[in-house]
Amino acid sequence: MPTVEPILEIRGVQKFFGGRQVLKNIDLVVAPGETVVIIGGSGSGKSTLLRTIIGEHAPDAGHVYLWGEDVCHASPRRLDKIRQRFGILFQSGALYSSMTVGENVALPLREHTDLDDKIIQMVVKMKLELVGLRDFENLMPSQVSGGMRKRVGLARAVARDPEILFYDEPTAGLDPIATSVCDQLVIDLRTKLGVTSLVVTHDMKSALRIADRLAMLYNGEFIAIGPPADFRQPADPRVRQFVEGLADGPIPLRVSKTDYLADLLGLHEKREPATGNRP
Amino acid sequence: MSTTGLVRLLERVGGQGEGFLAYLGGLGYLTLDALKHTALGLVIRPRIKIDETLFQMVRLGVRAVPIIALVQIFVGMILALQLAPVLADYGQLDKVATVVSIAVFRELGPLISAVVLTGFAGAAIAAELGTMVVGEEIAALRTSAIHPVRFLVVPRIIACLLTTVALTVLADIVGAVGGGLIDRWVLQGDSWQYYHTTIESLALKDFLTGLIKSAVFAFIIVLVSCYEGLSVTGGAEGVGRATTRSVVLAIFLIIAADCAFTTFFYFFW
Ligand SMILES: Nc1ncnc2c1ncn2[C@@H]1O[C@H](COP(=O)(O)OP(=O)(O)OP(=O)(O)O)[C@@H](O)[C@H]1O
Ligand SMILES: [Mg+2]
Repeated sequence: MPTVEPILEIRGVQKFFGGRQVLKNIDLVVAPGETVVIIGGSGSGKSTLLRTIIGEHAPDAGHVYLWGEDVCHASPRRLDKIRQRFGILFQSGALYSSMTVGENVALPLREHTDLDDKIIQMVVKMKLELVGLRDFENLMPSQVSGGMRKRVGLARAVARDPEILFYDEPTAGLDPIATSVCDQLVIDLRTKLGVTSLVVTHDMKSALRIADRLAMLYNGEFIAIGPPADFRQPADPRVRQFVEGLADGPIPLRVSKTDYLADLLGLHEKREPATGNRP
Repeated sequence: MSTTGLVRLLERVGGQGEGFLAYLGGLGYLTLDALKHTALGLVIRPRIKIDETLFQMVRLGVRAVPIIALVQIFVGMILALQLAPVLADYGQLDKVATVVSIAVFRELGPLISAVVLTGFAGAAIAAELGTMVVGEEIAALRTSAIHPVRFLVVPRIIACLLTTVALTVLADIVGAVGGGLIDRWVLQGDSWQYYHTTIESLALKDFLTGLIKSAVFAFIIVLVSCYEGLSVTGGAEGVGRATTRSVVLAIFLIIAADCAFTTFFYFFW
């Protein structure tokens, strides 16, 4: 494995939002054909990491390489070339609201290929069939449910048969059966077509089912990276708490730094006089 | 008002935090980008999206025909009614057609149409693009290597430009007709005479300067609204803010540009 040229390489990526560090020193290497699942609590920076990888956010430090090319410093032209080789499913689905479900899936094909309209129609039907939504081709995104929008987003992401796919919580909002179908799709894409996947999720069952490797993001850092076996009986108490979904443990639900009681009674404001001119 | 006062006022209109100049810089960048993509789209692939452009022309322009016609007929009527007493004092009541037509063709046709279209088309564009930003649709376009400026802004620019100029022609005619209605029914004038006086008093220059201005106004409307829409942050509330700002700023820039152009035409043409 180590001799294979990695498809995705993340080196020392850091990201700040207005003085708050969301990503601290992220390192990750993904080999071709591998399915890597990133788990982590809400707000731990998973979507931010994905957006950095696809070149939406520039990182404040570090580099992201796709096929050996630096995404953060590529010219717009090169970046477009890179972007044509991957597919992404956004957390919200991000369907084009002015186009029908079918047109959403067809758009990448229309824009980047010279395919005949008949062939595009066929591909659209095939991709929608993959996610079980062939009958909904002519509906508008506002006319389908949230879970269905996710699946349309997935069909659109695979429309051009990308070499690497990024999924932001593909199964959030899906029923158990649709979740299984989605998991099976990720597995099939890998085994049959050799597609590489980077999946962000907090659904542990699905993570363990599809992953070659898991990585847990906590406080902007990977605190554990390894094969699924390592995550079934995790040694790290923080990982165990997350995997087993326990309310009590080293990871607090409440991340506020100020004392709850003091906050309720407004004691902080008295101790540190406000800078504004409020009474 | 002092210059610094004006700049400060503009800054408040133009943005919170970022200065007005930075705002103009962003607008200028979008303009250049859009021109580049238009030029590229005319000669090489990927081509300009014709069907999207036609769709936008209907949405932004054709649907505005009734409102523009209605507003302009009132404008023509108001002009005739306001000017009639003054002209009567000088015994020049037969010159109502002249005054109305010059005012409408040179000034009020283009200006009022642009202001109405700012509310009609500009607000729609800003709200639509802003909603697309919030729904991550723009990010999705970008990450599918589809340039939002080429895909969304260029068709809107072309559509807005063509429809605004066409609507201004309509507005000119309807405005003159509005004056004619008052001339006939209130001032008891002769409609045939009104028509002839209108044709005689208008020079090609009056018509052309009006159209040039309306093309500039169209640019202002579409660029400001696209820029505001594409730079939305902060959810649905941000969309509302951007829509309001795009209308206020576009109207301000339209009137400022109108003043500049009128001055220029006064001295040089
Ligand atoms: N554009 C932004 N501006 C400021 N802060 C942001 C921005 N985007 C994200 N953040 C902050 O970064 C942190 C991580 O957000 P992110 O969306 O990456 O979380 P996540 O791990 O995907 O959570 P979830 O599982 O709920 O989707 C959050 O605390 C969020 O407030
Ligand atoms: Mg997220």
